[in-house]
Amino acid sequence: MREPSAVAESSPVAVTQVQEQTRPWSETLRPYLYVAPALLFFALFFFYPIVYMIYLSFQDWTLLNLEEMEWVGLDNFSTLFSDPDFHLVLKNTLIYTFLTVFLGIAIAFFLALWLNRKAKIYGLVQGAIFSPHIISLVSVSMLWMWLMDPQYGLLNAMLESVGLPPSTWLADPGTALYSLVLVSVWKVVGYNTLIFIAGLQSIPQDIYESAALDRSPAWRTLYKITIPMLSPTIFFLLVINTISSFQVFDTIYIMTQGGPVNSTNMLVYYIYEQGMDFYNGGIASAASVVLLGLAGVLTLFHFLFLAKRVHYR
Amino acid sequence: MAQVSLHHVGKSFEGQKVVKGLDLVIPNGSFTVLVGPSGCGKSTTLRMIAGLENVTEGEIWIGEKKVNDVPPGKRDLAMVFQNYALYPTMSVFENIAFGLQNRGVPKQERKRLVAEIAEVVGLTPYLDRKPSQLSGGQRQRVALARAMVKKPQVFLMDEPLSNLDAKLRSQMRIELTSLHKQLGSTFIYVTHDQVEAMTMGDQIVVMNEGVIQQVASPISLYHDPENLFVAQFIGSPPMNIIHAQGTEAEHIGFRPEKVKLRSMAKEITSTAALKLEGRVITREILGSEVLYYLDTNRGRIIAKSSADEFIEEGILVELSVEEKDLYRFDKESGARVRHESIRLATGEQLGGIVS
Repeated sequence: MREPSAVAESSPVAVTQVQEQTRPWSETLRPYLYVAPALLFFALFFFYPIVYMIYLSFQDWTLLNLEEMEWVGLDNFSTLFSDPDFHLVLKNTLIYTFLTVFLGIAIAFFLALWLNRKAKIYGLVQGAIFSPHIISLVSVSMLWMWLMDPQYGLLNAMLESVGLPPSTWLADPGTALYSLVLVSVWKVVGYNTLIFIAGLQSIPQDIYESAALDRSPAWRTLYKITIPMLSPTIFFLLVINTISSFQVFDTIYIMTQGGPVNSTNMLVYYIYEQGMDFYNGGIASAASVVLLGLAGVLTLFHFLFLAKRVHYR
Repeated sequence: MAQVSLHHVGKSFEGQKVVKGLDLVIPNGSFTVLVGPSGCGKSTTLRMIAGLENVTEGEIWIGEKKVNDVPPGKRDLAMVFQNYALYPTMSVFENIAFGLQNRGVPKQERKRLVAEIAEVVGLTPYLDRKPSQLSGGQRQRVALARAMVKKPQVFLMDEPLSNLDAKLRSQMRIELTSLHKQLGSTFIYVTHDQVEAMTMGDQIVVMNEGVIQQVASPISLYHDPENLFVAQFIGSPPMNIIHAQGTEAEHIGFRPEKVKLRSMAKEITSTAALKLEGRVITREILGSEVLYYLDTNRGRIIAKSSADEFIEEGILVELSVEEKDLYRFDKESGARVRHESIRLATGEQLGGIVS
């Protein structure tokens, strides 16, 4: 009876092995229990809706009668892709996203370079530029609708005062999309500038001093030092601005309702229209799947091709 | 190679003067070390020479040219920063070649020069790496190579060894001094470490509170300090100071290695100028030498003596210092007082514990 315990005492290695082999199931389960609430939350609110949306895209259904769902396979997708309006919507979304992201980042970058100084006035300007970000989009939209009013708007009054021809802004299919781009760039620039300023301030000053001693001209310092050092910031803004531009809805809903003649209709508004106005639940779901796919592909593109150029310190 | 001269150079930050009226000549080809405690203005002085800080008053000349309004890149100097200031997004090669590229050196020539320098500092295998993939010592070498490749008239170094470990630091000290001999350029080196200053410089500028305290060679700085500050700043452990009391007009100083210790039990025959009685509080054995910390009625005294003979802690000893080893400093100004005759040597005068 005494022998096994004697062996165990004299050989601690053997004891550990034995313990490992017979680890109680409660201990194996414990880490999973710890992450279970988070996993459950994720599954319920992120994973399930996506899967259910994909499922819905293969059904013919409307919000009015959820009982009568009918499996139609890829019919919704073929209807969607043969709809010329949807082509226009895709084109609008891509133009809008490209312009908003490009202008929003480029303008913010140069503003940040200008504002990254120590004086009260720069702090005030920073605050002023950031303020659109904290104003609700509904207010922003109402404000810009007035500014862009072809007859009574401030923008046209300003153009006329300097002798330039007035613009039709939101009223013309040729200018409406660009007017929306203007509004969203105006709103996003403050946030982007703030992030850029934070990025600029984290670049050690002595690198610039070193560059000055190396006789580096300003443009080369910008191109060879500042931009590479800001690459993580640029990458971050690129990803979040692209995703949020893809999902634009509020400004369209309030300012143009997709018009005139669908010139400002974009993916999320199109989905809303199909689902809520035309009761085409299936088409709306299929368009949502396309939106998810596009945003996914673009994000993947960013991570696969641009992330390599990002320098993390 | 060039001489650097500062004529009444001053610098103020928001109305506060940090460098006050410096007059200094840094001879052509010298290894000049600016040394002083934190906030003494040494780095600001270096940065003014580099052109990274504007001069509030006075003139800076490099060679025959007044450079007050010359941008840093056109002063024909190179600087090694405390944390190296390498370009993190560039490879070692690009880091070294960047200055050459900006000077319009053709690509082939750049390659040749970088390869040459990389060989000298032992960086050839690392040319494709980014600074983040290098050790502290290797980064230090990149910073040096980047400075050397431009073949400047003047090298400026702002505490370049302070981020290295002790062993590497002493190795780099030797490398830098031999590099200086090899290049023959003017080196201006800033440090707060007086050991670094003493071992590397051929001219040392001791600064305190924005003012130059003394400019001298290491040896004369150690043996012939101009004032109390220099006497206490240079030397490790620092000079012992017996502060003036009551009617005494002067502080008295002496180096720890000049203190002779003698057990009280023995008969005293010494004719030393200064005698004190003290008790050994603690001792530090450095190997060949021992530091004794002694409590006397004139304060804490440090004595350094050979390790051939140990004195135990708690023992009462007599400390004596020869007249030739005593330094006297004015009670008010701290300036050195040089007497021909011996005035302050008796035990009574020192409040002493008599011989």
